[in-house]
Amino acid sequence: MLFRLAWRNIWRNKRRTAITAASILFAVLFATFMEAIQKGAWDHMINSVVNYYYGYVQVHEKGYWDEQAIDKAFPLVDSLMKLDEKAPEIREVLPRIESFALASTGDHTSGVMVVGIDPERENSMTSLRDRISKGKYLEDDEEAALVAEGVAENLGLSLGDTIVLISQGYHGVNAAGKYPIKGLVNFGSPDLNKQMVYLPLPVAQYFYGATGLVTSLALKLDEQDDIKPVLKALYTELDTSAYEVMDWKEMLPDLVEAKTVDSAGNVIVYIILYLIIAFGIFGTILMMSKEREYEFGVLISIGLHRWQLGLTVWMEVIMLGLLGALMGILASIPLVWYFHVNPLRFSGDYAAAMEKFGFEPIFPAIFEAHIFLTQALLVFIITALLALYPIFKIRKLEVVQAMRA
Amino acid sequence: MKVITTKGVVKVYNPDKIPVKALNGVDLEIKEGEFTAIVGPSGSGKTTLLNVIGGLDRPDEGDVEVGGHDIDAMSDNDLIDFRKEHIGFVFQAYNLIPVLTARENVEFVMLLQNRPKKERRERAEELLRAVGLEDKMDKRPSELSGGQQQRVAVARALAPKPDFILADEPTANLDSKSSANLLDIMAELNREEKITFVFSTHDQRVIDRARRIVTLVDGKVSSDEVRGE
Ligand SMILES: Nc1ncnc2c1ncn2[C@@H]1O[C@H](COP(=O)(O)OP(=O)(O)OP(=O)(O)O)[C@@H](O)[C@H]1O
Ligand SMILES: [Mg+2]
Repeated sequence: MLFRLAWRNIWRNKRRTAITAASILFAVLFATFMEAIQKGAWDHMINSVVNYYYGYVQVHEKGYWDEQAIDKAFPLVDSLMKLDEKAPEIREVLPRIESFALASTGDHTSGVMVVGIDPERENSMTSLRDRISKGKYLEDDEEAALVAEGVAENLGLSLGDTIVLISQGYHGVNAAGKYPIKGLVNFGSPDLNKQMVYLPLPVAQYFYGATGLVTSLALKLDEQDDIKPVLKALYTELDTSAYEVMDWKEMLPDLVEAKTVDSAGNVIVYIILYLIIAFGIFGTILMMSKEREYEFGVLISIGLHRWQLGLTVWMEVIMLGLLGALMGILASIPLVWYFHVNPLRFSGDYAAAMEKFGFEPIFPAIFEAHIFLTQALLVFIITALLALYPIFKIRKLEVVQAMRA
Repeated sequence: MKVITTKGVVKVYNPDKIPVKALNGVDLEIKEGEFTAIVGPSGSGKTTLLNVIGGLDRPDEGDVEVGGHDIDAMSDNDLIDFRKEHIGFVFQAYNLIPVLTARENVEFVMLLQNRPKKERRERAEELLRAVGLEDKMDKRPSELSGGQQQRVAVARALAPKPDFILADEPTANLDSKSSANLLDIMAELNREEKITFVFSTHDQRVIDRARRIVTLVDGKVSSDEVRGE
């Protein structure tokens, strides 16, 4: 009975219902949109940074990461190259042998990082080919090098010149070699620009005296959500006493830190957002309670208990809350989808900085069910709490005063 | 005997600011089956008296007994239950629950009392017939005229078979024809259901229909006249 009363009350004042439901709807829409954009921007950022070089997950010989020494290289056995068969989320396995060397030309010497890569696999994750500013990309095992522009500049080298590399190879062997520069690569990141030299994997292995060995396997994944299943699969597939498996959070702690700081800042924005939302909804509830004081008085005089009346009004607001939240979800889906498919594109300094690094300056919204659900739920909970106000009001209602109005 | 007695009832509004003695020592006894009008100038305390009798408001001094119960001794919750069983209210206007039909309005209090459905239905129909609204049972208040709404309100007040009906200017918003019609119905129900009616009014034609006229002036009973029919 009380339910029926509540239900009909909702449809009684259509304008009031529409206003309340709409305020809840917009609250959900706004909160959802904001979270989707904010999370999406970070996802895009992380994805760009991670795929720039490291990849979401890497496999090394145990202890490699702390030392980063060539002596921790391990044999690239077939089964490792086929890890993608063990976990479908692994899109590509990128074998690398990485160490430091001295590059020199006559009187210039410069410390560089010499990385042996599988050119096609490397390109599939890092889009290295797109960063070539002059010359051509590497073939599988030709004696040639790709050199970052910064390195070339330091050494006064240009396309077609020969770069001479000297280093200490595997287990202390002398490493030395000279390679024609086949391409120049432009990295937006100054760190990489000043030190990267790429060789085809077998060439680099030969240079380091580490035939058949690699120092790391970078794994290409589509998105962060794939990390978990991949880690799980790797822990069962790999001998964890011989290998270490790391995700980007371990390899890029600064990025994690930046994200945490940004999220903390956003908490305040969210609090303000929810406060505005709460005030908006509260306003309509307040108006409704005020308008209906006389009616509340009549109902109590004819025998409705205050708790029954309070419950009725609470149910009304709850139903409005549900209605608004559901409509909010329905309205958010196309909006967020639109900005998922057509990301916001930024311009200005920030965008220029991103572009310089080779990142697309876009903020795609993430389209994930849990965002709609959490935001709708949050707004609904706010509504349900605010709905306690009329209960409180009814408890205190002075029947005679209410009916004198 | 289901009587109402008030002894030395005083009700003061705004005790802190400018106190208004809405009731200033009212002694009254209303017997079972009476059909009593409370009259008096505006501000004389008619509404306040009905509210105090019905337990909507509490007196500052004096005793109110309704059907043998000391109203002042009851908690708010007990009062609500007491009203539900024993007292029907009719107010000046906007009495009905707007989202319920005439029939549902009449059934409402019985529903709160958990009366069986069949009983509710029959009683509601019987009462709506008695007030001449058998063809309007499924209409909502907004689809009824003021007079029809007041008749529904009377039917609703009567539905739980209360001992008393308290009506505060039930005809104030009605034209004379509707007023007369409502009074006919009230008088008839008073006779047939033996329900005690106490109503306040300004309307001379309504006063003429009463069998007892209590006049209030400045919160006191200034005259009390019983008339035969
Ligand atoms: N809730 C209240 N707060 C303050 N003063 C009140 C309140 N209720 C009534 N009064 C005052 O008490 C006095 C009696 O009021 P009451 O409503 O009982 O008069 P009434 O006889 O019903 O008048 P009317 O014929 O105009 O309805 C008036 O002076 C009124 O202003
Ligand atoms: Mg009055």
